[in-house]
Amino acid sequence: MKTSRSLSYYFQSVLEVGAAWFLALLWIAPLVYAFWAAFHPSEYAVHFDIFAPLTLANLREALSQAPFLRYALNTFILVTMVLIAQFVLCTLAAYAFARFRFFGSDIAFALVLVQLMITPEILIVENYGTLARFELIDTILGIGLPYMASAFGIFLLRQAFKSTPKELEEAARLEGCGVFGVLWRVYVPLARPTYLAYGLVSVSHHWNNFLWPLIVTNSVETRPLTVGLGIFGAPESGVDWSIISAATLMSVAPLLIAFLLFQRQFVQSFMHAGIK
Amino acid sequence: MPRNFMRHVYGWLLLTPAAILLIAFTHYPTIATVINSLFSKGTAIRPSRFVGLANYEMMIEDPIFWKVLANNAWFAIGTIPTSIILAIIMALLVNRAIPFRSLVRMAFFTPTILPMIAVANIWLFFYTPDIGLIDQIASFFGIGGHNWLGNPATALPSIIIMTIWKEAGFFMIFYLAALQNIPPELEEAARLEGSTRWYYFRRVLFPLLMPTTLFVMINAVLNSFKLVDHLFVLTKGGPDNASNLLLYYIFESAFSFFDTNYAATLTVVLLGLLAVMALMQFYILDKRVHYR
Repeated sequence: MKTSRSLSYYFQSVLEVGAAWFLALLWIAPLVYAFWAAFHPSEYAVHFDIFAPLTLANLREALSQAPFLRYALNTFILVTMVLIAQFVLCTLAAYAFARFRFFGSDIAFALVLVQLMITPEILIVENYGTLARFELIDTILGIGLPYMASAFGIFLLRQAFKSTPKELEEAARLEGCGVFGVLWRVYVPLARPTYLAYGLVSVSHHWNNFLWPLIVTNSVETRPLTVGLGIFGAPESGVDWSIISAATLMSVAPLLIAFLLFQRQFVQSFMHAGIK
Repeated sequence: MPRNFMRHVYGWLLLTPAAILLIAFTHYPTIATVINSLFSKGTAIRPSRFVGLANYEMMIEDPIFWKVLANNAWFAIGTIPTSIILAIIMALLVNRAIPFRSLVRMAFFTPTILPMIAVANIWLFFYTPDIGLIDQIASFFGIGGHNWLGNPATALPSIIIMTIWKEAGFFMIFYLAALQNIPPELEEAARLEGSTRWYYFRRVLFPLLMPTTLFVMINAVLNSFKLVDHLFVLTKGGPDNASNLLLYYIFESAFSFFDTNYAATLTVVLLGLLAVMALMQFYILDKRVHYR
C-alpha cells in the first residue's frame, strides 16, 4: 500500500517535470523560430534542416533597408531622457508627499493617482493637440514629455521615503543639512532599490511603447525602434520574413540581453510595478 | 510658526514641476475631451459649434462602435481566464524543485519583456496563409489553406491566442510570489489527511490565491483596453472591423478620418469604463486583499 502510493507519487512528479518542460518549450518556440529564420537564408524560413548554413545576410539586409541604427539611437535618447526626468520630478514630488504635510496634500495626491488609470496614450487626441500648440510634434522631447511626471514613480518613491526612519533625517539636520541636503544624503541613497526597480520598469516600458510615438513622429530622425519596426513589418511593405525576423531581433536584442543578465531584478521590478 | 509655514511653501514648490506636467497631459486633456465631445466637427467653411449630445446619439447609432465594444468584451473574455489558468499552472510547475527550473521560468517570462510590435511581427508569419507555420502544421493533417488573420471568424481569436502567449508569464510572477507566502505545512497536512492534490488545490490553494486572482484580473482588464499595438501590424482592425478594438477605433477616428470630436466622444466612453474599473479596484480589491 505504502509503496504503491509513493510509486504513484513518483510517477506524478515525473509527469509534472515533463509537463513543465513541454510548456516551456512551447512558450519559447516562437522566439527560437524567429532566431532560426533570422540567421538562416530565407529559403529555410519555411522548412527545417539542421545543417542549413548560418548567415548574417538577413541582418545586413535589414540594416540596409531601414535606418535601424538611427532608430536605436532615438530610442536610447528617448529612454534616457524620460528616465532622468522621471527620477528628478518624481523624487521631488514624492519627497513633498512623504515629508511635508502641506495644505491640500491629500487632494493633490489623489489627483496624482488619477494618472495610474488614465495613462497619456488614452488621451491621444487632446495630447496631440497640446504638443502641436507647443510645436513639439515630431520631436523626441514630444514623445517623452507626457510620461515625465509619472504617478507610478511618485507613488513608489513616496512609499520608499515614508519607510525611511525619521531619526536619520533629524541626525542629518543636526549635521547642518538643509531640505535638499536631507533629500540627497538620506532619502535618495536609502531608496536605491526602489530607483532600480522603477528604472527597469520605466526603461522597458518606453523601449516597448508604440502607439504614442507612432502618432507623434513622422521622420527618421525621431522615430523610435518600435515605430520603425512597425512600419518595416507592415504586411503591405512586402519584406522577406527572414529579414523581418532579423530586424525584430535586432530591435529587442538590447532589452533581451539586459533581461538575461539581470533576470532576477527584472522579475522583481515587474512584480513591484504590478503591485501598485 | 515660520517653520510651520515654510512646510506648505516647500511642499508646493517640490510638487510644482510634476504637477504642471500632470495637469497638462492628464487632467486638462480629460476635461477637454469631455467638452470636445459636445461640439460638432469643424470644417473650413463650417466652424465647430456646440451640439449637445448629438455626437453621443451618432455613436449609439454607429454599428462600428457596438462592434468594437463587443470585440473588446470578447477579447477580454478570450484572453483573461485562459491566461490566468495558464499562469497558475506555470507558477505551480516552477514553484517546486524541478531540473532546469530557472530556464523553464525564463521561457515563461520572456514574452513579457518583448514589445507588442515585435511579438506581432513574429506571430504575423505564423498566421500567414499556406507558408505560415500554423498552416504548415495544419496542412500536415490535411486542413491547410486558412487565412487566419484575413477571415472575420478567426481574426480576433488569432489575436487572442497571441496575447495569451504574451501575458500568461507576466501573471505567473504574481502567483509565484503568492505561492511562496503559503506555508508548506498546509500541503503536508492535506497529504496526511489523505486528500488528493486536486482536492488540496481546489479547496485550499485556489481560495488562498483568490486575492492574487482578483488583482491580476483587474490589471488584465485594464490592459485589454489599453493595448492595441499589435493591431497595427496584424490586421489594422479588419477584416471589416472583425478585430477592431475601442482604442484603435479612437485612433482611426482621429488620425485616419480626422473627426476629432467623434474620437473625443469615443474617448469619453473609454474613460468611463476605466473609471468604473478604478472604483471596482478601490472598493472590492482594497477591502479584501492583502498584497504581501
